[in-house]
Amino acid sequence: MTTATARGQEWRRRLLLRNVAGVAAGVLLRLAAAAGIAALVLLLVVVARDGLDRLSWDFITSYPSRIASRAGIRSALLGSLWVVGLTGVLAVPVGIGAAIYLEEFAPRNWLTRLIETNINNLAGVPSIVYGLLGLALFVRAMDLGRTVLAGALTLSLVVLPIVIVSAREGLRAVPYSIREASLALGATPWQTVWHQVLPAALGPMMTGVILALSRAIGETAPLITVGALLFVPFDPRGPLDSFTVLPIQIFNWISRPQPAFHQAAAAGIIVLLAVLLGMNAVAIAIRYWSERRRQW
Amino acid sequence: MATAEAPAAVRRSPRRRRLLRLQEAPILALLFLCAALSIFTTVGIVVVLVEEAVGFFREVSIVEFLTETRWTPLFVEKHFGVLPLLSATFLISALALAVAVPVGLGAAIYLSEYASPRVRAVLKPALEVLAGIPTVVYGYFAITFIAPEVLQRLLGQQTLFSALSAALAMSVLLLPLVSSLSEDAMRAVPGSLREAGYALGSNRFEVAVRVVLPAALSGIVAAVVLAMARAVGETMIVTIAAGNVPNLSWNPLEAMQALPAYIVQVSLGDTPAGSLEYKTIFAVGLALFACTLGLNVAAQWLLSRFREVYE
Repeated sequence: MTTATARGQEWRRRLLLRNVAGVAAGVLLRLAAAAGIAALVLLLVVVARDGLDRLSWDFITSYPSRIASRAGIRSALLGSLWVVGLTGVLAVPVGIGAAIYLEEFAPRNWLTRLIETNINNLAGVPSIVYGLLGLALFVRAMDLGRTVLAGALTLSLVVLPIVIVSAREGLRAVPYSIREASLALGATPWQTVWHQVLPAALGPMMTGVILALSRAIGETAPLITVGALLFVPFDPRGPLDSFTVLPIQIFNWISRPQPAFHQAAAAGIIVLLAVLLGMNAVAIAIRYWSERRRQW
Repeated sequence: MATAEAPAAVRRSPRRRRLLRLQEAPILALLFLCAALSIFTTVGIVVVLVEEAVGFFREVSIVEFLTETRWTPLFVEKHFGVLPLLSATFLISALALAVAVPVGLGAAIYLSEYASPRVRAVLKPALEVLAGIPTVVYGYFAITFIAPEVLQRLLGQQTLFSALSAALAMSVLLLPLVSSLSEDAMRAVPGSLREAGYALGSNRFEVAVRVVLPAALSGIVAAVVLAMARAVGETMIVTIAAGNVPNLSWNPLEAMQALPAYIVQVSLGDTPAGSLEYKTIFAVGLALFACTLGLNVAAQWLLSRFREVYE
């Protein structure tokens, strides 16, 4: 009898401990999830505190300057537009082409597996290593020099795996019955892809493309390696001009000891984040619109 | 008339279709080239890094590169020991992971096992925003907030730059990587396993830690390994926040220089092609590439094992 009660007491004690541990763990897990959000909020608050006062229309339209209070981001913003625009022109068709090949035409053999594994590995290569490739290949071997084109070619290689992976996801979401219907009506494989599959996959593909380009906008390291300039008091006018981009301009201001330049950096960060936010909003809008329009 | 023409059209169609397919061959070839470009990229990276690194190792012995404890290629008295850069890279990555893995895993368990679908739908994308913020922004955060307002005040850090400041900023960047991939792995665990756990009288936390976590382990480990690869290759945070002093030390409150930060430092100066300094960045890049490639291959092997279990 006494042993049975003792065992019962022991059991109740352990149950209490287990329940307490469960509740405590629940609190800790919620804190862990909240920590990331807290870090995000803190980051935004710090940037806003330092940069909001510095932000003005003049800041966006002025060239960089040795005098912190006059410095602006005009040439950096234009440089970013040039580089990222050209990156899109180069990387998007190639990436979508590769995705179409792998998803619609590739035979299941060792070569296809090699390409797929290779794309996965490329996605994990640090962007600065692409910068070294760009420096040796585009800047030196192809003699493009430290130009917008060399930077865009390098960034294209950086974002290509992302474009391919997201374009493949878009293609995979198109039901197979659509392809079968098209083939049954006598269309050739390419006609099927061009007239049926691609239009149906366009929405999700565009979303992926925009996300890849927003990655390109924030890239700094590979462009420093390729040789983007730190001080550009002129507008880049073409693919063969030298350039700087917004993140490099921000990096340049961060590296200076004067607090006034740090404020300029914070204001630049606000512009950069606003551009990214805008691109993400477009991506979300396209996803929403294409899901509403979807007919299957 | 129409009925008389139809057989002709049908008879003509196979030839026409063969012709169409023939016309499509160049398109297919073009698509294949797009896909094969990735192979050329990898080959290009390896060739460029190895070629320049071989040029470097002709002038500096590999033994010196791997055992010498001083890294002063830009000084008059040159030493080429990569150890200070390697140790800084691993110290910063390890510290960043020491924060990001427990917190990220906790967030993943919460999202996968505790959160309601509505909370999850808001929280998961919000966490992933962190992964999309450009890394210069984290660098800024480190030297204007983490270092001066946390580390210098609370831990008595001497300089503005330190390994710990870079590591803390990096941990915020790694957090969504760990939590997102771990959560995917945990959600792939079949519900029947959880139900069995509950039927035996376990509470929610016990099911999460004793049933779901072990079942998702290979996916979680893959997430951690991928985060490690990202940490090793992350450039701007270490360049901005860790300082640019090669320093063979394990004190996280000191300034040090990581592998990628050295590449940036040389790239910022105008180093002539073919000089020894120019070649050092490729040797350092090769070391970096080898580290991250090994980690990525390991992660993919783990992920493919993990997929086999439940599909």
